[in-house]
Amino acid sequence: MSTALSTHTSNGERIAFQSLSPFSMDDFRNDIIEGVRSGARIAALFGQQSQDECGVRLYAVLADGNAGTLSLSSTDVAEKYPSLTPECPQAHWFEREIAEQCGVIPQAHPWLKPIRFHSPTLPGVTNFFQIAGEEIHEVAVGPVHAGVIEPGHFRFQCHGEEVLHLEIALGYQHRGVERALIGGPNKRTIHYMETLAGDTTIGHATAYCQAVEALVNCQVPARAQALRGVALELERLANHAGDLGALAGDVGYLPTASYCGRIRGDFLNMTALLCGSRFGRGFIRPGGIGFDVDDARVEQLLERMEQALHDVTMAANLLWSTSSVRARFENAGTVSRKICNDLGLVGPVARACGVERDVRQEFPFGIYRFFQVPVSTFQMGDVFARAYVRWLEIQRSVNFIRDQLKTLPPGSIRAETKSLAANAVVVSLVEGWRGEICHVAITDEQGKFSRYKIVDPSFHNWMGLAVAMRDQQISDFPLCNKSFNLSYCGHDL
Amino acid sequence: MLKATLAQFQQGHRTIQFPKTEPTMPDRFRGRPVIEREKCPVECRDCADACPTDAIVIENQDLRLDLGRCLFCTDCVEACPEQAIRYTQEFRLAANRREDLVMTGQAVELAKALENRTRRLFGRSLKLRQVSAGGCNGCESGVNVLNTIVFDLGRFGIQFVASPRHADGLLITGPVTENMKSALKDTYDAVPSPKIVIAVGACAIAGGPYINHPEVHNGANSVVPVDLYVPGCPPHPLTILDGLLRLLGKLSR
Repeated sequence: MSTALSTHTSNGERIAFQSLSPFSMDDFRNDIIEGVRSGARIAALFGQQSQDECGVRLYAVLADGNAGTLSLSSTDVAEKYPSLTPECPQAHWFEREIAEQCGVIPQAHPWLKPIRFHSPTLPGVTNFFQIAGEEIHEVAVGPVHAGVIEPGHFRFQCHGEEVLHLEIALGYQHRGVERALIGGPNKRTIHYMETLAGDTTIGHATAYCQAVEALVNCQVPARAQALRGVALELERLANHAGDLGALAGDVGYLPTASYCGRIRGDFLNMTALLCGSRFGRGFIRPGGIGFDVDDARVEQLLERMEQALHDVTMAANLLWSTSSVRARFENAGTVSRKICNDLGLVGPVARACGVERDVRQEFPFGIYRFFQVPVSTFQMGDVFARAYVRWLEIQRSVNFIRDQLKTLPPGSIRAETKSLAANAVVVSLVEGWRGEICHVAITDEQGKFSRYKIVDPSFHNWMGLAVAMRDQQISDFPLCNKSFNLSYCGHDL
Repeated sequence: MLKATLAQFQQGHRTIQFPKTEPTMPDRFRGRPVIEREKCPVECRDCADACPTDAIVIENQDLRLDLGRCLFCTDCVEACPEQAIRYTQEFRLAANRREDLVMTGQAVELAKALENRTRRLFGRSLKLRQVSAGGCNGCESGVNVLNTIVFDLGRFGIQFVASPRHADGLLITGPVTENMKSALKDTYDAVPSPKIVIAVGACAIAGGPYINHPEVHNGANSVVPVDLYVPGCPPHPLTILDGLLRLLGKLSR
């Protein structure tokens, strides 16, 4: 098998750029196709313009969860190359991004068009997949939606109430983050990371800091690692609790909707207790964390945690014991295990299909190298499963936080970070509340970023939502959408 | 049903009494910053150099802090050699005019109520359409929670509606990306006059961390006229609520 060619690495490990010798295109393709066939997943696939502007180097990060290995491979392309997508569907979105960002053509890609769009072409102004027939009609929704949410455009092909196909057009939130990161890090870099997806401030900031810490070769103090874990799980708790409430609201079950709306705030306020910001702004910093906690603060956190767990338990259990809720949740928006693996879905969405996929377990980082959080799965792959996985994770996150706060190691909270290593590559993975966050940093001769690739979990999962809607009632779209709860800005960057 | 009723008793009444009683903010909350200029060494400009969005400008010994650009981060605090910068618990920050957010002394000119005619129209019922134009979901979440039982926005007659046609105004978040500019303009045009616009967060005021990116337009007032600016990255929900109530003339202080 050709995987022997690729460079093995581990989560947050610095490797020399020279050790990445580019493959021939055939070897590169085989490496990915065979790797995915034998159980690995594409964590990142991206291009970088070569310095002389003629040609593009493609990089692939394959993550094999069962073996716990990460591998990096690369190849050079001039103008076009044979697309991976026909043989490896999870390359679909990545190859569209490569074509849009670097201008190389993946030949025979089945649906090649931009994923973000750039002026003068606006997002959504494109040919959508259409189904013909006398009774077929098309429904267009967005970019401005009915709720207080981010913009995206959804185009449904329907037969009566039944959705035959959904195509999702994104890009409205494109702010040019990856372009702006080149030449960094600078004084804005951490703030880009904290606002890549505002609800995943801790997740993305942790992934970035891990990459930087590998590049400067510094040891993050144990106390900081533990508190980073606490903050990451608090972020998961707030979002999962909020999602359970929003799901309840989408099926008109108001008790849980109103309780969880408030309980989400209780978790956010615990993050604010740590660092003053409900979203954890300023908490994760290269080398460690920005704020320490004293015993009184730990006590207060533990106390609030018990109360919040009590409240969320009651609110969640109402959902499982209410037949009208279950009737709407069950068999809605089902994703099969096969589709999940073919598309390379991540996070609670994948775990709701019975797939044990969790960076904390497969590629443990930081505190998770020493304290494990059991992977929470459910088998059905429907809205119910996605809701229930969130509930399981809430309980496990609370247990983890309790354990951490009761056994906080003493010591400093931040190590000094010097300049970044030159000509180095690092892959940094974090299990954010939506799933796997992947950052890949490549530095030039001066130790500045020549490429910084960000893959938000939403990047993998938007296609999952489109597939989940097939043969569903269009009226179930808000419910399905909320059960995925994907990020628009995290995708659009 | 019995379980739901029981839960209702146990979960209790959770709506805060704001604005009747003063809310307690987290002790590390970063509200309006204070800079003690008398502590500043001559020629020192460490805070201005550290600021990621150039919110602090020092010219001829005069220091200006633009709350519209400020991310309320800790970079200037950490950079200051004399510990002259600190954040206060003051969450009231909303202003009517962009220039009111630029602090030269310590005071901020807080937002005033709408003029009488518009206030009579909107004072007891204000319907808003929210448009996220590149927002990171931080400000959107801060707006969304106003609908929860904790803040219970409905008790002030303020409500978010699904269509701009049903709205009295827009609440805008995000730096206004090039890709959302025309959708934002269309949404604004669809709101019947008279209408108001509220810009929430550093991005919607000045572009936030994305200021001067060619992909963004540095805030809502590049496309539509703005009546209320709510600073923060993201603003605390109470900062937004306070701004809305000021605009409707429901607060005197």
